[in-house]
Amino acid sequence: MGYIVLLIVAAIVVCAIAAYNSLVRLRNEIDGSWRQIDVQLKRRHDLIPNLVEAVKGYMQYERDTLNQVVEARAKAVNASDQGTRIAAENQLSAGIGRLLAVMENYPQLKADENVLRLQEELTTTENQIAFARQAYNDVVLSLNTRIQTFPSNLIAGNFGFHAAEYFKAAPEDQAVPKVDLAMGAPRVQ
Amino acid sequence: MTAASDFRALEAANRRESAVLVAAMIAILAALGFGLDVWAGSIRIADGSLSGFPLLTIFALIFGAVQAVISFYGGAGLVLLSVHARPPTPDTIQHQRVLDTINEMAIAARMPPPRAYLMDDPAPNAFATGRDPAHSVICVTQGLVDTMDREELQGVIGHEMSHIRDYDIRTMMMVAVMVGGIAMLSDFFFRMMFYSGGGGRRSRNDKNDGGGAIFVVYLATLILAVVAPFFARLVAMAISRQREYLADASSVEFTRNPHALLRALEQIAKSESPLKAATSGTGHLFIVNPREGLREDRERFFDNLLSTHPPLTKRIERLRAMLGAPGQATAVAHS
Repeated sequence: MGYIVLLIVAAIVVCAIAAYNSLVRLRNEIDGSWRQIDVQLKRRHDLIPNLVEAVKGYMQYERDTLNQVVEARAKAVNASDQGTRIAAENQLSAGIGRLLAVMENYPQLKADENVLRLQEELTTTENQIAFARQAYNDVVLSLNTRIQTFPSNLIAGNFGFHAAEYFKAAPEDQAVPKVDLAMGAPRVQ
Repeated sequence: MTAASDFRALEAANRRESAVLVAAMIAILAALGFGLDVWAGSIRIADGSLSGFPLLTIFALIFGAVQAVISFYGGAGLVLLSVHARPPTPDTIQHQRVLDTINEMAIAARMPPPRAYLMDDPAPNAFATGRDPAHSVICVTQGLVDTMDREELQGVIGHEMSHIRDYDIRTMMMVAVMVGGIAMLSDFFFRMMFYSGGGGRRSRNDKNDGGGAIFVVYLATLILAVVAPFFARLVAMAISRQREYLADASSVEFTRNPHALLRALEQIAKSESPLKAATSGTGHLFIVNPREGLREDRERFFDNLLSTHPPLTKRIERLRAMLGAPGQATAVAHS
């Protein structure tokens, strides 16, 4: 009789350890995914001044679009808290989408190797941000499901695991999740 | 969560399958080696007991082991060499786009980016190889780079990325080795039997009976030599076909965009130039097997049994079905 109780206790302890470890793994994966997004966002901040500088001469009549991008970038760089930063980054994404779309109207840009290179780099950065966000949200979904379902919810409650926030995209981003303007399909605004 | 546990299960299944394939190869090689030993007279069967030194069995096992080790560590390099692949040149924007797309899909798959290689061939095609995600390679043809837009490229590379994530690349590499090794040894056995003919008679002259047992061993080895390469192929093909559907589905999981791969496969179906560099040894690695070509009429049972890839039309059909499936809408909503 005593053995059976002992076995049951041992089984419960093993399950608890496994649940705890998988929660820790998911939390670390979320941190890793967030850093991945962060790297891409920083890369985008570095790219924008170069691109704006390169196309300014060609795009005299797109001052507004260019200014919007520059302002959104400044707001994102100087954001003090996470909330404002995400809002500014989303605004920046929209601005870059517009910029890349109007760039299609300037055939001279296609002859400028430097511009093409910057355009490719910005396009892939945008895509990498989108895919990193997708990966991040997938892991958040896994963690939150674990935290809410039995039996891992007991472990999560006792060891202070909290549901993570999704990285929400701006509304227009949700309609078209992938930015892919190098192929010439203008984005729906 | 289900997607994650699905691919962990697949990965475990692939690691198991690779190990089983290697074990099966060793067993078959040992059996063939033993048959050769009996034929050559280095093993004698008398009164139900064996005597002599199994030299050829040991040789067959060493042959198999060396082949397995070389292919495990050097297989990717050998494949790249055999299709004349070279690193892309990032100073052209076209090739930079390939490198960028590989990085994008690596992020989507949460994997280290594989190394990129390029084949100078006008036929649009691609393959992945390597022993694990950290030592993996994606190779695309110049034709693929020329004809596909970014979205289609993402679909194709997503397909290859899924082969890497699920360890299909390891299984397929081992399959190639196993099929090749067994075919070689079977071939060797036939040559021994029909062209040398010396050894067997010598052992029969010993006349310590055991003639019946020897005959059984000959017959068993002969059947094995005929059947083994064929069955090895059959098993390999069946494994491979299933993996292609899974990789198509995973590509959509990464891109969240069934159109990407759908359009890419349609482009490949339309293309007319056949890939020249692929041999029967490497054909099964590609996203569309160039040796099976783009035959539309592959509906007969026997053709399907021996092909490594499902018919292109069937794969396109399944992707079309995903476009209409309501399940896909929820996947997009999460991102």
